[in-house]
Amino acid sequence: MPSSSSNKALRLWQIAIFAGFVLFWHAATSPTLLPPIYFDDPNKAAFFFGEPLKVFERTWDWFSSGSIYPHLWVTLLETLLAFVIGTALGLGMGLWLALAPTASALLDPYIKALNSMPRVILAPIFAVWFGLDIASKVALGVTLVFFIVFFNVYQGVREVSFTVVANARILGASERQLLRHVYVPSAMSWVFASLHNSVGLAFVGAVVGEYLGSSRGVGYLILQAEGTFDINAVFAGILVLTAFALLLDWAVTLAERRLLVWQPRGGETEKI
Amino acid sequence: MPAAVPALALEQVTVMFVSPDGARYTAVRDTTLRVEPGEFVSVVGPTGCGKSTLLNVAVGLLQPSAGRVAVFGAPLAGLNAKAGYLFQTDALMPWRTARANVAAGLEFRGVERAEALKRADEWLQRVGLRGFGERYPHQLSGGMRKRVALAQTLILDPQIILMDEPFSALDIQTRQLMENQLLELWSANRKSVLFITHDLEEAISLSDRVVVLSAGPESHPIGEFAIDLPRPRDVAEIRLTPRFVELHTLIWQAMKQEVLKSYAQQQLQ
Repeated sequence: MPSSSSNKALRLWQIAIFAGFVLFWHAATSPTLLPPIYFDDPNKAAFFFGEPLKVFERTWDWFSSGSIYPHLWVTLLETLLAFVIGTALGLGMGLWLALAPTASALLDPYIKALNSMPRVILAPIFAVWFGLDIASKVALGVTLVFFIVFFNVYQGVREVSFTVVANARILGASERQLLRHVYVPSAMSWVFASLHNSVGLAFVGAVVGEYLGSSRGVGYLILQAEGTFDINAVFAGILVLTAFALLLDWAVTLAERRLLVWQPRGGETEKI
Repeated sequence: MPAAVPALALEQVTVMFVSPDGARYTAVRDTTLRVEPGEFVSVVGPTGCGKSTLLNVAVGLLQPSAGRVAVFGAPLAGLNAKAGYLFQTDALMPWRTARANVAAGLEFRGVERAEALKRADEWLQRVGLRGFGERYPHQLSGGMRKRVALAQTLILDPQIILMDEPFSALDIQTRQLMENQLLELWSANRKSVLFITHDLEEAISLSDRVVVLSAGPESHPIGEFAIDLPRPRDVAEIRLTPRFVELHTLIWQAMKQEVLKSYAQQQLQ
């Protein structure tokens, strides 16, 4: 266990690495600070790689003027919808197929095929089916999230300890009670294990969907900036997306801690 | 012995397993075993002799290939609703707290949750786990988990209690505590117990009757011994009495051959 002082040092070093990276970026791209090393024109480095100060400035503008909020909101909404729908479908299908061996054997090749398919390629098709609004992005996110959750639930149900199931049966659990009190809680722990992955992929689905065709969202902002060679805005968009992904990840960690109290964590087992 | 209907009767039971490659393995052959109401019967035998198989047949998890199972005279169909089962390995639901685990059976049987939890608290107290109700299984020691499992089974007040080496994973001190506690609970409310163990001393100190199984495959009972030690017993003290030693010698004579046979078979594999 790291002590609080070494923890502090760790944080400090992490910030230092970030500051060093930004400093290097700034020094290497500023048209005036250093003579051009690689490019013949002092402005070219900034054209290709952007300038950190301008990136931060652009980000600040977006938030202070509030112009980014509708875009962020759309992206977030798409992510959440994709996550919730994908998880619900994956949970349902996973439970069903894990408990119905015949159906599972029958559908096995199709599930494998669908999972192997590079699903991002479906984005244009979804755009045709569901239009350029949020529905097509949600659909793309759902196809990404579904399989992660599905396979985890499927695995989770199959790996429920035989003894726990037998014990619950002997204690008088009906099939429905078994599902509710044994299979679902057990599967949920696997769903949570995949939560970081599935939230991340829901986000990817939303952004990629926006990038391939939309009129709103952070992905759309990036696409527009790219169209006008506004490299600083592209980086600002990426910065916002990254910060947001980290936030989502943190939210998942919080949810996990609350909902999986029954699972042993390192150094906490056999506490008497 | 009264001529009443036995609480549990296995009649000429044979259990044959077929592996996916078609090989047959007969775990138990032509076994007849009866447990009278209120009687504590132990089954001992070398490892791998099909003791657990017998128990799984008695509770209805396994269908015998031949023979009959009767519970209070009625043929057993499906799970044995009159029996409680204490597993060798952990069978608690890890996502439920200790009290929710104890209350589970009542809840499954339609008792209201608040009432079930109240009775679970009483049982936790009875097995010496007062104040541990909100712990999850992983926060309890092995012995505590066993107690929770015991309370989980006994709260349903089963007429027959089946136990599959329930204390084999515990250290010797915890084990003797648990054995005494079991005897105490059992004498307060005498149910039929079928106790499986490979530990002869444990079997003698707990039981009214000890049945010795032969080594597998095709295990069958090869001896039956009435244990006429006085009750109430203390499992640690009773081991020092001359009668205990006498019985131990007697039963061990019958068992020794089988243990050696089982050992030799394991060496071959």
